[in-house]
Amino acid sequence: MTSIIERGAATRPIVPPPARKPGFFGSSTGQKAVMAVTGAVLVLFLAGHMAGNLKTFAGATAFNEYAAWLREVGYPALPKRAVLTLVEVVLVAAVGLHLWSAVALARRAARARPVRYARRRRSQAGGYVVHIMRWGGLTIALFVIYHLLDLTFGVANPAGPAATPYARVVAGFQHWYVTLVYTLAVVMVGLHLRHGLWSAFQTLGLGRHRKALQAGAVLVSAGLVAGFLSVPYAVLIGVVR
Amino acid sequence: MTDRMSFQVGEDIRDTKAPDGPIEERWERRKFQARLVNPANKRKLHVIVVGTGLAGGSAAATLGELGYQVTSFCYQDSPRRAHSIAAQGGINAAKNYRGDGDSIHRLFYDTVKGGDFRSRESNVYRLAQVSVNIIDQAVAQGVPFAREYGGLLDTRSFGGAQVSRTFYARGQTGQQLLLGAYQALERQIAAGTVTMNARHEMLELIISDGRARGVVVRDLVTGEIESHLADAVVLATGGYGNVFFLSTNAKGCNTTAIWRAHRKGAMFANPCFTQIHPTCIPVSGDHQSKLTLMSESLRNDGRVWVPVQAGDTRAPGDIPEAERDYYLERIYPAFGNLVPRDIASRAAKNVCDEGRGVGPGGLGVYLDFADAIARLGRPAIEAKYGNLFDMYAQITGEDPYRRPMRIYPAVHYTMGGLWVDYDLQSTIPGLFVIGEANFSDHGANRLGASALMQGLADGYFVLPTTIGDYLADARDFGPVDDVAVAEAEIAVRDRIARLLAVDGTRTADSYHRELGKLMWDYCGMERTEESLRKALERIPELRAEFWRNVKVSGTAEELNQALERAGRVADFFDLAELMCLDALNRTESCGGHFRAESQDADGEAVRDDEKFAYVAAWEHTPDGPVLHREHLEYAYVTMTQRSYK
Amino acid sequence: MNLTLKIWRQHDAAKSGQMVTYHVEEVSPDMSFLEMLDVLNERLILDGDDPVAFDHDCREGICGMCGLVINGVAHGESRATTTCQLHMRQFSDGDVITVEPWRAAPFPVIKDLVVDRSAFDRIIQAGGFISVPAGSAPDAHAVPVKKEDADAAFDAATCIGCGACVAACPNGSASLFTAAKITHLGLLPQGQPERAVRAKAMVEQMDLEGFGGCTNTGECTAVCPKGIPLDTIARMNADFLGRRG
Ligand SMILES: Cc1cc2nc3c(=O)[nH]c(=O)nc-3n(C[C@H](O)[C@H](O)[C@H](O)COP(=O)(O)OP(=O)(O)OC[C@H]3O[C@@H](n4cnc5c(N)ncnc54)[C@H](O)[C@@H]3O)c2cc1C
Ligand code: HEM
Ligand code: HEM
Ligand code: SF4
Ligand code: F3S
Ligand code: FES
Repeated sequence: MTSIIERGAATRPIVPPPARKPGFFGSSTGQKAVMAVTGAVLVLFLAGHMAGNLKTFAGATAFNEYAAWLREVGYPALPKRAVLTLVEVVLVAAVGLHLWSAVALARRAARARPVRYARRRRSQAGGYVVHIMRWGGLTIALFVIYHLLDLTFGVANPAGPAATPYARVVAGFQHWYVTLVYTLAVVMVGLHLRHGLWSAFQTLGLGRHRKALQAGAVLVSAGLVAGFLSVPYAVLIGVVR
Repeated sequence: MTDRMSFQVGEDIRDTKAPDGPIEERWERRKFQARLVNPANKRKLHVIVVGTGLAGGSAAATLGELGYQVTSFCYQDSPRRAHSIAAQGGINAAKNYRGDGDSIHRLFYDTVKGGDFRSRESNVYRLAQVSVNIIDQAVAQGVPFAREYGGLLDTRSFGGAQVSRTFYARGQTGQQLLLGAYQALERQIAAGTVTMNARHEMLELIISDGRARGVVVRDLVTGEIESHLADAVVLATGGYGNVFFLSTNAKGCNTTAIWRAHRKGAMFANPCFTQIHPTCIPVSGDHQSKLTLMSESLRNDGRVWVPVQAGDTRAPGDIPEAERDYYLERIYPAFGNLVPRDIASRAAKNVCDEGRGVGPGGLGVYLDFADAIARLGRPAIEAKYGNLFDMYAQITGEDPYRRPMRIYPAVHYTMGGLWVDYDLQSTIPGLFVIGEANFSDHGANRLGASALMQGLADGYFVLPTTIGDYLADARDFGPVDDVAVAEAEIAVRDRIARLLAVDGTRTADSYHRELGKLMWDYCGMERTEESLRKALERIPELRAEFWRNVKVSGTAEELNQALERAGRVADFFDLAELMCLDALNRTESCGGHFRAESQDADGEAVRDDEKFAYVAAWEHTPDGPVLHREHLEYAYVTMTQRSYK
Repeated sequence: MNLTLKIWRQHDAAKSGQMVTYHVEEVSPDMSFLEMLDVLNERLILDGDDPVAFDHDCREGICGMCGLVINGVAHGESRATTTCQLHMRQFSDGDVITVEPWRAAPFPVIKDLVVDRSAFDRIIQAGGFISVPAGSAPDAHAVPVKKEDADAAFDAATCIGCGACVAACPNGSASLFTAAKITHLGLLPQGQPERAVRAKAMVEQMDLEGFGGCTNTGECTAVCPKGIPLDTIARMNADFLGRRG
């Protein structure tokens, strides 16, 4: 019998875990709960955002009025932009915490598996999920930055910062590459939520009816994707102009 | 007669320490008489428990709860993996929840009779009494026994009992009970009363001033030899069925712990009483490393047969009805396929010996479900036995729904073990033995679902009481003799060094296989004077060759599984010899021990109560084994011969 | 059949290891995977080489002692099987099979394919029990248990503590193992008094041992030889967050 030493790979020393009690935010389950709650906030925002976007089909005036309304809700009882600012603050906090817990869990995972398998592991479940959540989430974050420059500040928009919101939307999506970027991003969001929605229920301990929840998550994310994409494609094929 | 087949007869054992008086009151009386240790002193008393199965796990946990300082050992990486985990069928208890006429007395009666009148009445009665508490304890711990829709516990009947007294958790009763004990044990470990040493193997007993005071163990990871001292030692190291190499036991099951104790003065009782289980998956080739049990319940619907013609190699489906021999139904028309374990096993061996066995090597008989499937439909069979059929298919690669299963008997349980008195104390003061490692309650044959009961009875209820009585004197024990410790350690190191030094040309496993085959052929299901004499010739030769020619690679100072095995095999040789000697001495047939010379015209086992109504307790001496008899008396059960025709 | 094995060899925890290639001939399809390794080891011993160390005991899928990552999959590719129940007929002549130990920081390699899983015992110590000293239990029929609850508790209780869930989890999380015990005890009336404390303490211990957090990827349940369902993790989370369901 032959025995050939084929590949050398040292096992890294094991770093002992910290011997202090982690507390809620330090515990894996606590961190996961933060992710689920912030994720839920973001989903609610997206649902509202999508509904708002559908106003483009009502025409330029309606959409621009809606955009203006957003900035004036509650006025004069509340200062202008008060509600919008509040929403923005909540969103920033949610994204921040969501990201924090994602990073904390990813680092925890890296510490827990310092040595990788030599044979690339084959997924026994829906194996793309880890990648779609971590890298996909990052993609979404990058997209949001671009998206804000594009449609909120208008600096990255063909129609420029001075144009009305409606004009910016129409101007952008006439270019196939803008639409493509949005399509990719939205699909990524859909995949993220396909797992994330069910996952949030599971994390909060509401996941007893797994099959139903997973099916629900697929439906909701498909709905969101369709809703979001209807606008750019309507522009692209000229239904909305 | 050569020298090794002779032995001396020593004095009879007269006192088993069982209290007298009406049998129902004996245990109460013993409990009341047992002296108590005051709680402050308990903390200073140290008990070693070797083994973490149902017996050892429950004992260590309970002693810890009581406040003793306990040190516990097992050879696996976690106490939860002791072989009790593999028990499938269930656990008996005289709860009479069904109102079907069960009672403590009936369980007692069935167990004594099932043991073919070779067990002690007092012990068995206590076992039946305590059985009731075991179920309460297990349920309170969260053992998920099967339940009925009303929320109450379900039971089934098992092993030919006429009442339904077996509690079960699907096919994993042993696992669930063991996890209950394991969890109780882990709770005590967290509380600091029990120190657990997993991956440690006991290799020697330390005796100081005539008392068991400690053990020498090998740390299986580092190879370090350590001595642990205590005020009492409890052995709960399970059965020694692996002497046959192939058995339903786990690979690591061994006799080392009890054999070392035997060498140090503990008597070994009834070593030849072995139980062979009829429904196991047969051997598929030389590589076979162990045998897997299939639940006996299969015999309820399957029909056992072999071809009428010897050497018939046709596929089972091609053999016409007329050329099949449904031999159990033919020989035992009343019980048919449901005859007791030993009878079914022996019948299977006989037809295979006639050359009518099926499958590889001709060691197997068919267990055919075709009739049952035709009668009840496949879904019904699936619902009843689905998981067993799957297991069979997984192991053999054959589909039992289409092709009859092949089964063959396999060694399953050892009734023999270290001799203990009513207090579960061996002949070495301070050495207590519980669970399958002792010989106590099953006589010559164990009933299904009674081993789990005994292990837990010993560990949760009996030992914690009786050991207190012994430890009440612990103040007078004095310090442990350093010389005794050093000697024990040196003996262990020497043995290891010897094993490593041989550097021969055969592996320990290959010797184990050969020894196992020899034991199976000559001291297995059917024993004769001739076969036993042959074995007694051959074993010493093989052992000598082992010590001349075994090859153990590696060193003593590392994780060395080859060394672990070699040490165990070495002890199996010695045990095997004693088993054969015991079997040779017992010229009657009883329970799991069938001497071909002692049968009636129909081939039924014939007991010889005149001569052999005793426990054979063997003492190890430098001049060879000495037999001490403990005569058995039956005041509450009348001795009868079994008949299953 | 003839096979090529690439096996992780590591002398002890302190040394580094490497994959070593072996060729084994005439492997019978009826052998179990561990029996195939037995045959290899017999030959290694006779050659004076160090046999491959691997954990095993019952060899019938119940003790939880065995566990190898075979071709990247914990316990091999057959579903709901332990390594000891895997048979060589799953492979074909000429196959190259990689064999690695469980990989997780809390499961350090002791030697070759043997890892230290005592972290699991410590998780149980933290609270995986019902406190009931021997002899103090009420009659078993004092508290009826709904059959559905008893059955569900049993399903969770069948975990054999093998650690495949950790080995397979991309995060190295012990959630499935921990959740199985929390679910088993939490479903029974006897387990209620300690239910909330138990979940907190066991999750805390799991984190302290250095296991990763669960992000619900489901790899664990896919390789679990006993098919412990993901719902148990939901229960664990609910109990941890102090909610009752
Ligand atoms: C497949 C199978 C099915 C069974 N089904 C049933 C059933 O349905 N009902 C029933 O009542 N009985 C059944 N039995 C029998 C029953 O399971 C056993 O008799 C019983 O569990 C033995 O328990 P124990 O505690 O004595 O030993 P074990 O559970 O075997 O424990 C032995 C312990 O000792 C340790 N040990 C051993 N040697 C050493 C050493 N040298 N050094 C250190 N530690 C050591 C081991 O690590 C282990 O912890 C079955 C047995 C088998 C094999
Ligand atoms: C193709 C679909 C989309 C269209 C047409 C669209 C359109 C717009 C428009 C017009 C605005 C500016 C509103 C205003 O300033 O009045 C906006 C803001 C925003 N969009 Fe989108 N969006 C789309 C998809 C997305 C996606 C997928 C995300 C997130 C993942 C997202 C996140 C945001 C955020 C965070 C803001 C800023 C909100 C705020 O300022 O409070 N959008 N979007
Ligand atoms: C606006 C966009 C986003 C929404 C709506 C969203 C939503 C969600 C939801 C609902 C979950 C499930 C929570 C759970 O598992 O319990 C989740 C998980 C997760 N999200 Fe997001 N998320 C968004 C953006 C991001 C971003 C920007 C990242 C960036 C890194 C990210 C990374 C993750 C990760 C890593 C998980 C956990 C799943 C895993 O680790 O595998 N998400 N998200
Ligand atoms: S949950 Fe499954 S995979 Fe994990 S330890 Fe238990 S049995 Fe093994
Ligand atoms: S694979 Fe890991 S991420 Fe959670 S669902 Fe299982 S523990
Ligand atoms: S060896 Fe026991 S589960 Fe595999």
